Amino acid sequence: MTNPIVERERGLVELERRIAELRDVNVDQPVDMSPEIAALEQKYEEILREVFGNLSPWMKVHMARHPNRPTALDYIDAFERFDELHGDRHFRDDPAIVGGFGLLCGRPVIAIGEQRGRDTKENLRRNFGMPSPEGYRKVRRLAHLAARLRVPIITFVDTKGADPGISSEEHAQSEAIAMCLYEFSQARVPIVATVVGEGGSGGALALAIADHVIMLEHSTYSVASPEGCAAILWSDASKAEEAAARLKLTAQDLQGFGIVDEIVPEPLGGAHRDREAVIARVLGSIDAAVSRLAAMPPDRLLEERYRKYRRLGSWESGQQESDGSHA
Amino acid sequence: MPMPEWLRIRRGKHADQRDAALWSKCPVCGEVLYRRDLAANLFVCTKCGHHFRMSAYDRISMLIDGDFTEIGTEVATGDPLGWVDKKTYPVKIAADREKSGINEGVVCGVGSIDGFDVALAVMDFHFRGGTMGTVVGERITMLLEEARKRKLPCVIFTASGGARMEEGMFALMQMAKTTAAVARFMNDGNFFVTVLTDPTTGGVSASFAFESDVIVAEPKAMIGFAGRRVIEQTIRQKLPDEFQTAEFLLEKGAIDMVVTRAELKPTLVRLLEYAAGGRRAS
Ligand SMILES: [Zn+2]
Repeated sequence: MTNPIVERERGLVELERRIAELRDVNVDQPVDMSPEIAALEQKYEEILREVFGNLSPWMKVHMARHPNRPTALDYIDAFERFDELHGDRHFRDDPAIVGGFGLLCGRPVIAIGEQRGRDTKENLRRNFGMPSPEGYRKVRRLAHLAARLRVPIITFVDTKGADPGISSEEHAQSEAIAMCLYEFSQARVPIVATVVGEGGSGGALALAIADHVIMLEHSTYSVASPEGCAAILWSDASKAEEAAARLKLTAQDLQGFGIVDEIVPEPLGGAHRDREAVIARVLGSIDAAVSRLAAMPPDRLLEERYRKYRRLGSWESGQQESDGSHA
Repeated sequence: MPMPEWLRIRRGKHADQRDAALWSKCPVCGEVLYRRDLAANLFVCTKCGHHFRMSAYDRISMLIDGDFTEIGTEVATGDPLGWVDKKTYPVKIAADREKSGINEGVVCGVGSIDGFDVALAVMDFHFRGGTMGTVVGERITMLLEEARKRKLPCVIFTASGGARMEEGMFALMQMAKTTAAVARFMNDGNFFVTVLTDPTTGGVSASFAFESDVIVAEPKAMIGFAGRRVIEQTIRQKLPDEFQTAEFLLEKGAIDMVVTRAELKPTLVRLLEYAAGGRRAS
């Protein structure tokens, strides 16, 4: 399937090429072309704003899936140090999950991420970032290690969802995800989760029960992928655009709901247009959150985490039909 | 099975109407069964042994000795996203209430099973496919908190198509909420049993259903994370019939036991007895 964001970018390539050409020419030309360059650049900015300035939820889904968007490893590799640890100690190492020890702003941490491929070959190896039970068991193992050594857990969420395959069901995908939720709700260390791309269903939540949840401006996070939701509700995956609009899956919606704590802004056109700046900003936000959380006594940290999730939901106070107790 | 007074009140006119249907056809063997015979046989086909899906209150009356004190009845469905497709979400909910005779996808409360006090939750597939939205998550959390406070064992019967789409991320967050409550409950040394009934999938399967001390399942119950249709579409081939059945999961080591409905109550009583350190004088 073609990504409409990539399609839109194609339309800009010609303009970018002309600006670059003029710049090159300008260097060895006696005539100053700067005004022409400036005019073209201004036009380019205007078009960018027109095309990317106000993304619909469905366009944000595609921005979140953009092939050049920074992935979990792009962030983790920007740590001062990272030593990857592998495997679930039972069956297999799942390449859709990366994790290990790292140093972030001088602090030892356990970093864990859902890793999609940056090209077709890597995508096949990493199963398009859809983890299997072995991946989630690696997550749980590393989270447990972090809790034991009292180092913070830093996660990067980027998945359409957990792998829906025969082997994943045979190896109890449900149990693997449930045990991640269990571990994360109990770990007596700060947990900071960042949704860097697409956060899809329980497969994303398995890495996202956290004291501080960050989302990139154009990331999405939803109960199911728009395609999955449309298939479930209307038996028609082609209604994904409608589902995307109804699910309230944007960072802005979720911050309003109190489900997400912080939004990290992206440059116009998306994170891939200024990777270094975005990565630095995200790591800065994570470090600030970890510093704040690390100062809290573990009992209070856990109590606040419990209360945070305890109050999430929306219900009416209905009439009791009866007092429910009958002698 | 005589219907206790509390159950008659709770079930109201809806269940009476449903019970008025004289017969049901077994979806497996096609046998036409008199509703009364079916109920007397714990909703198991007298010919082929197929386990019909049960309503929450039928389950509760099958297990609970006498009184059952409900928890969370004051929590009613909201509409956090203002969801509209062919109908609005509140209209869908009203229709499900009418059809199922219950007001949400789970009934929770405290009662005793053969003398053992328990906190019991029973999900009901007849209400929006047993999907978990805020009310289901909230009631189960309230039950676990009450059980923890009173040091009661907790038994949860699951039946769910997964998270409720119409509540979006609020539905997904119920996995986190219930899990945190399970963890606190279990950390205090309390006993937790889940009984997986047909079907148990998605967000319920990937949270409290698989977090218990003992996982029991009913025969042929469909249990899994991803739905069968989704997997078939992904791998582009038909799955074998036994895939994701309770028996399949038992063989793969994912659950503890597959128990027929006739054996279910005695099995639960034995488990409760082990966890209680033997039979208590009652
Ligand atoms: Zn039959």
